Amino acid sequence: MQVTTKTLPPSLWRVRMHLWLKGMGQSWSTFRESPIGVTGLVIIVFFGLLGAFYPIYPWFMGKIAWDQETIQKEGIDLNIVYNPIFGVGNDPLLIKGFPQPPSLRHPLGTNADGPDVLAQIMYSASREFLLGMMAALITVIIGTFIGAVAAYYGGWIDTLFMRLADVFVLFPPIAFLVVVSALVQRAGIEMTHMLLALILGLLFGFGSITIVLKSQALTIKVKPYIEAARVAGGSSFHIIFAHIIPNILPLSFLYMMFNVTTAIFSEAALSFFGLLPSINMSWGLMLFRAHTQGWILGHQGAFYWWVWMPPGLAVTLLCSAFYLVGRGLDEIVNPRLRKR
Amino acid sequence: MALLEVKDLSMHYWTRKGEVKAVDEVGFSLEKGESLGLVGESGCGKTSMALTLLKLLPENAKILKGHIFFYKEFQPQTANALLGEMVNLVPQKANGRASTLGRLTRIEGEKLLVQPARNGATKAPSPVSFSFSEIAQVGLDLVPLREERMQRVRWKGISMIFQAAMNSWNPVYRVGDQILEAMQTHLPKTSVQQSKKRIAELFQMVGLDPRMMERYPHEYSGGMKQRAVIAMALSCDPELIIADEPTTALDVIVQDKILREMRQIQKQLHMSMIYISHDIAVIAEVSEKIGVMYGGKLVELADTQTIFERPAHPYTKALMSSFPNLKGEKKKLEALPGEPPDLISPPTGCRFHPRCPYATEVCKEKDPVLEVRQPGQVAACWNPLH
Amino acid sequence: MSNPEQTNPVIIETDRSTSLVRIQNLSKTFPVASGFFRKGNSFIHAVDDISFEVGEGEILGLIGESGCGKTTTGKLLVKLETPTSGQVFLKNTHVEVKLPKQKAGVAKATSAKTKAISLVTSDGFADIAHLRGRSLKLFRRNVQMIFQDPYESLNPRMTIYDICAEPLSVQSIGSLMEREARVAELMDLVGLTPPETFLFRYPHELSGGQRQRVAIARAMILNPSFIVADEPTSMLDVSIRTGVMNLMLELREKFKISYLYITHDLAVARYMCDRIAVMYLGKIVEMGQTEDIIQNPQHPYTRALISAVPIPDPSVRRQPMELKGGVTKPINPKPRCRFYERCPMATQRCATSDHPPLEDKGSGHSVACYEV
Repeated sequence: MQVTTKTLPPSLWRVRMHLWLKGMGQSWSTFRESPIGVTGLVIIVFFGLLGAFYPIYPWFMGKIAWDQETIQKEGIDLNIVYNPIFGVGNDPLLIKGFPQPPSLRHPLGTNADGPDVLAQIMYSASREFLLGMMAALITVIIGTFIGAVAAYYGGWIDTLFMRLADVFVLFPPIAFLVVVSALVQRAGIEMTHMLLALILGLLFGFGSITIVLKSQALTIKVKPYIEAARVAGGSSFHIIFAHIIPNILPLSFLYMMFNVTTAIFSEAALSFFGLLPSINMSWGLMLFRAHTQGWILGHQGAFYWWVWMPPGLAVTLLCSAFYLVGRGLDEIVNPRLRKR
Repeated sequence: MALLEVKDLSMHYWTRKGEVKAVDEVGFSLEKGESLGLVGESGCGKTSMALTLLKLLPENAKILKGHIFFYKEFQPQTANALLGEMVNLVPQKANGRASTLGRLTRIEGEKLLVQPARNGATKAPSPVSFSFSEIAQVGLDLVPLREERMQRVRWKGISMIFQAAMNSWNPVYRVGDQILEAMQTHLPKTSVQQSKKRIAELFQMVGLDPRMMERYPHEYSGGMKQRAVIAMALSCDPELIIADEPTTALDVIVQDKILREMRQIQKQLHMSMIYISHDIAVIAEVSEKIGVMYGGKLVELADTQTIFERPAHPYTKALMSSFPNLKGEKKKLEALPGEPPDLISPPTGCRFHPRCPYATEVCKEKDPVLEVRQPGQVAACWNPLH
Repeated sequence: MSNPEQTNPVIIETDRSTSLVRIQNLSKTFPVASGFFRKGNSFIHAVDDISFEVGEGEILGLIGESGCGKTTTGKLLVKLETPTSGQVFLKNTHVEVKLPKQKAGVAKATSAKTKAISLVTSDGFADIAHLRGRSLKLFRRNVQMIFQDPYESLNPRMTIYDICAEPLSVQSIGSLMEREARVAELMDLVGLTPPETFLFRYPHELSGGQRQRVAIARAMILNPSFIVADEPTSMLDVSIRTGVMNLMLELREKFKISYLYITHDLAVARYMCDRIAVMYLGKIVEMGQTEDIIQNPQHPYTRALISAVPIPDPSVRRQPMELKGGVTKPINPKPRCRFYERCPMATQRCATSDHPPLEDKGSGHSVACYEV
């Protein structure tokens, strides 16, 4: 038989791309069969669209809810009317001091100061996403790397990281974050979304995820293909990056989804405590304001539901959506859960 | 006297990828006290066969057609228990009547009324009546049997030794207590004292010190665990034991010892055995009859001696010539080309034809059926070796 | 031998021989964690003072029951484990020894600090036990291993091409095009044809036999002179197994490769091997030409082992030999014959003397037993 080198594909990356797409396609068809995961994904897409449509929101509202003549006559700037942070503009129908109920102009009403609630929700959505994803990504990168290294080398490296994980797991995260936020304020550093993502990522990255990923890496470490790679002359670096990490990556990805939930929730909690003054708008902050102004627990709190229910629901839904997607992915990552 | 008769049995699995035709139109019968060996490669359906016989099937599996008759000598006092079940009535030989398959609908005095199966006929056939004295044997059909009835057949009627059974001991209970629990569930009338005495006897029979009953599984070696599994399988005095790869995980010296002991116990208790293994050498040592399975089908069934001297099916021959031997002269082994068939989309016609050196056109089109090649030997092949 | 002043490899004068691998007094012990408190005084003697040679193009079979140390021996030979004591010499091994830094003018004996001293014989053998760095990497090209379980020895997330090309890429051999050509050539060689239908598939899409062929291709791709095959066919089906065994024999003919063929199946060993070494609890108890051992076993353990193998022929009646007890673990073994507890012909001498040495009983058939 002849050696058939000529028929080999000309470029490896194209084949790899094709294989990767095929693999993704298969994973997608498995994922699609999980109703939980699809529900989560639909909610995430919904919030994604919400965030993406924020820039055209004033323009859109101007088209459907406003009389063009009034806009011209009164000189109303819709970008100010729908500014989520400060803007009321001169909307003649609004009375300041009390939240306005939902209307065509303000689909979810306004808060007591006048800004549009839906605009605030939409504006915050993309920031929540960014924060959650960044924090989860940092967590997972740290967790995967430490998990793989601790499992591969064992010994004192393992002990060090596992004890460190114990310490991080031991701390109540919210209380710890309260202290960190205070220290950051005190140091005069502006607490942006990015910095918060970094802090959350680091906090959870050294925590329980390293323990989980390490135990997964340990099951990979004893596989004969690791020995085969060593016999071929592969260095520790090669084995960790070419064999151990690719095999724990699906689990990492799964944990990333769960960590998005944790990060978004942590941000909401910190904002609710009013601990993030540099972040001028978020769902947590909306809840914080509604609470401090007495619209939640005040004598007629439940009456003004549009002030606190939309942000509360948004946090709950988005957090659970990522969790649900994680559960859906679980069925891909752990084939044992899969129905035949 | 037949103990087990399998007729035209098909069992398929439904998986994500498609329908797996794991057992397809298999038929054989087993006499009392006889041992049958089922041999074949992994994925040929031999373990599925065992699970089907015991009806221990996962949710995605279904028996499509066929019968599994588990025969008993007819006793009038036990007839009531069979009421409403599908049975195969075998009349006394001198009687001249044909055996009848149908649902036992009524017992009238000394007579049994059987409603035969419709078998595609538009009108239901009229009930057939048998007097008690006419009937020699009653074969209970296990296929349509309800689960709670089936549980009574398992362990007491048909018992099993599975491949991974030695690793299934619960580590926190004493081995003796675990066997005792199984006995108490299946034979609730026996007292604990009696059961314990029986377990001690069984331990002695399988070559274990009865004092080992009080020990925990981790104190047992691999061979001892497997011996205890055998003792457990024997605990309810079954008439048939299905042993699926009973010694595969064991070292050769232990394997040899356990196989010899099993053979001895089988002879001593006049029990029937079905051994399932991929190792034809093991099968040859313990069974009187050998069935060769390939791609979900039984391709050859014959006496051990016959199958070794004059195999009729090309696959049987290939299987035997690809086994290295410790005795006799050393010769180059012939490898069978190709791979075992995919049971989701098996080859058309004879499932062996893509790998068969004797394949002709007819093999690709038509599925061969089991035909008698010589007394005591049947094979399913269009071009048999003799 | 270990002269602390010596900075260059220690050269040992030996007779020239045709062997490729030479093992001398090789031992490996593992500490046992005993009970709640870890005491450092219990050791499993997995491999205990064994010596043998494997000739060029020869297949040596290592036979034994599970837990007898045959896999550990294999791993020692490919340096997946480092021996506790003893040497593994391999022909044509390249040894680089770092010269210790010398302080101005004074030749200081710093090598006392370097624990590892590389031993090299005058006929081109070098001890692989303490190779590291570049020497180790070069040694890896020469010696490969095939593993038992074809389902576990291939990374499920790599394509067949990536698996086979991995040794080339970690050894930085050839360009991308050359690697592709080499992998395709190997696929052809191991019977996975046409190669392009297999190259970009994942292991789970292949059958057991095909996977084991991939594992053989991976082991062969660096053109090794010695392959340790750890039960390569024990998990394969009968009809597939023969093909893989025949392939390994063909490769031996073609490339003059030597194998250490580890197996528990005597019939397979008889088919594959030129010589057989029987191991029991870390010791080699009998070694010789395959037919010599099979037809005329001397050691009681070998005799029991052979008598227990089922024969696929109902007309043959075996006479099984009874052994007492079962296989134990060689934890701190007593200084007597390892087989003493189970031996049907044990005498007082076996109990009081050390484990018997492996003695040549003529024509290369050696036995470690006082009573033979």
